[in-house]
Amino acid sequence: MGLKEKTDFAGNFIEKLSICGLYPLYATGVEILQMNITRRCNLSCKHCHVQAGPGRTENMTRETMARCIRAAGDPGITTVDITGGAPEMNPDLEWLVVEMGKLDKRVLVRSNLVILLEEGFRHLPAVFAANGVEVVGSLPDYLGEGTERQRGRDVFGRAIEAIRLLNGLGYGKPGSGLVLDLVHNPVGAYLPGEQKHLETEYRRVLGGVHGVSFNGLFCLVNCPVGRYLDYLKNSGNLRDYLMSLEASFNPESAGRVMCRTTLSVGWDGSLYDCDFNQALNLEVSCSEKGKIGDIDLPVLAGREIRLGGHCLACTAGAGSSCQGSLTE
Amino acid sequence: MSENYYEKADLEDFPNIGEYAPEAGEKFFEYYTVATGAGKLSEREKSLIALAVATVRHCPYCIDAYTGKCLSLGIGKDEMMEAVHVGAAMAAGDILAHATQMRKIIKKKEM
Repeated sequence: MGLKEKTDFAGNFIEKLSICGLYPLYATGVEILQMNITRRCNLSCKHCHVQAGPGRTENMTRETMARCIRAAGDPGITTVDITGGAPEMNPDLEWLVVEMGKLDKRVLVRSNLVILLEEGFRHLPAVFAANGVEVVGSLPDYLGEGTERQRGRDVFGRAIEAIRLLNGLGYGKPGSGLVLDLVHNPVGAYLPGEQKHLETEYRRVLGGVHGVSFNGLFCLVNCPVGRYLDYLKNSGNLRDYLMSLEASFNPESAGRVMCRTTLSVGWDGSLYDCDFNQALNLEVSCSEKGKIGDIDLPVLAGREIRLGGHCLACTAGAGSSCQGSLTE
Repeated sequence: MSENYYEKADLEDFPNIGEYAPEAGEKFFEYYTVATGAGKLSEREKSLIALAVATVRHCPYCIDAYTGKCLSLGIGKDEMMEAVHVGAAMAAGDILAHATQMRKIIKKKEM
């Protein structure tokens, strides 16, 4: 018997997974170690599933980071994905990227971009560059108005300035080896369009109008969790949004969902299938209990994924993951 | 049977419009997919045309569907409104062009 959370639409989701032979859903390995190192953020975006903001105090300690670094040494792990909140607001981020940089893994830092212009954080782009860190910058809309409706006043212009700063270091420039990817997510209650199409539009406007460049665009479907769920409820859009997610269920995307190859670590070392389950406090289902480092990765590699109605966001259309769409 | 002729939920029933005439329904969807998908014109351009037609034709389902599609494609609200104005101008022009009949009749009948 698989796991079923008491969430609206969860039953329908499980039925759809069952029809395509994917229920119960099991992890197939641990290739990506995602670390949510802080709930603090200089912004309070309207869609934030972890409800990050300046008032949050949760920070991963250096001791927990050290446990993550030891876990990341496993040869099966190819990618370390550092997120938050604004990961820059954890005072040990610099130490973490330097230590992770020694492991010869792909290391990503998810940034809201604008923090890189703030006092006390301006040196970080150079630290990222020196350690070969990939920067994944949030820019929900290539039109300034949409970005600012979601992330706050003046954010678009400052994000463009931060991209220009990163471009100056070689990020997003051909041949530099320094990768700058951007993240798009809809500014409202609708699903994103095709990733390839939107990337073309981003390139046309960001390059043509603002003179900045980037490597790739990740299209994310907003997950009905945290502040985004509140928004859907308060605006009367919840039912229609969930219906559109359900109607867009794609078996091909379902087979490739990120939780099957990801282990998400919370600020206190707790383990989750993904960042959304982390926001919902749904810890991994595993025969052993513990935090990062307490459980052997092979035990976690075959775990059953905990599911809920929110999972429909990752299986809609071309699918959605922290690396963007899952299918063409 | 609901009390209203138009129900928002009816849009979800759109895939079933082939009921009672499945062969014609299937051919319609095949045609619809080709006609609205990217070709010489991009999906973006076709979505703006569809939005303009939807408003001119007063179809609440199509307006709902294509407003959502335009937003998904990252099309600006100003671009969407411009497309609607093309539809509005065409509709107005269509009406005024038909006034030609009136003008011709006036000229024939008046001394």
